[in-house]
Amino acid sequence: MKLLYFAWVKQKAGTGEEEVSLPANIRDVNGLIAWLKTRGEGYEAAFADLGIIRCAVDQAHGDFDTSIAGATEVAFFPPVTGG
Amino acid sequence: MIRVQAEDFDIGAEVAALTAGRTDIGAVVTFSGLVRDASGNAPVTSMELEHYPGMTEKELARIETEAHERWPLQATLIVHRVGRLAPGDNIVLVVAASAHREAAFEAASFLMDYLKTRAPFWKREEGQGEARWVDARESDDQAATRWKR
Repeated sequence: MKLLYFAWVKQKAGTGEEEVSLPANIRDVNGLIAWLKTRGEGYEAAFADLGIIRCAVDQAHGDFDTSIAGATEVAFFPPVTGG
Repeated sequence: MIRVQAEDFDIGAEVAALTAGRTDIGAVVTFSGLVRDASGNAPVTSMELEHYPGMTEKELARIETEAHERWPLQATLIVHRVGRLAPGDNIVLVVAASAHREAAFEAASFLMDYLKTRAPFWKREEGQGEARWVDARESDDQAATRWKR
């Protein structure tokens, strides 16, 4: 699965894009975040305050309980600030 | 129509292209957003706009489709710039064309409200030797909720 990070989430995670093989028991975005937080301080810092984290599953806005079964791409980012 | 680009845009030329050869359009509303030179009390000397290539275009297309479902529109255009911008530069252009003005005004407003709360762009402002990511505004979320149905 491809993971993408944007804006300060990217800076804290220390990467903008990575390819990961997930444990089979991870079913939704919540599970993915919990797993990512075990991968190092950068991820822990990036996901320290979930109130300011947004996600997209296969390039569509999702929630933390959105399923990632069969998804090819999940992205994490702060609330958007375009326009 | 959707465009994400680093280059500047010419509002007059964009409107002319959108309405060329058409006689069914009676109203054109345009909104353009520019880079300000200050954020609150903090001076801004430049701005970097990051986005999520692929999702940005999809999300803008979804927003545009929804506008066409809600209002009788003849044409719409969204142009959003990315990359490095300076105070005074154009950031975003929204154009809505309809037979009568009400639909064009409302659709342009809707497009901007949804773009601001849903399209995956992030601004980073630079000034006084430091860079800071711009925080999302509660007022933008509130503006978008008025279109909920």
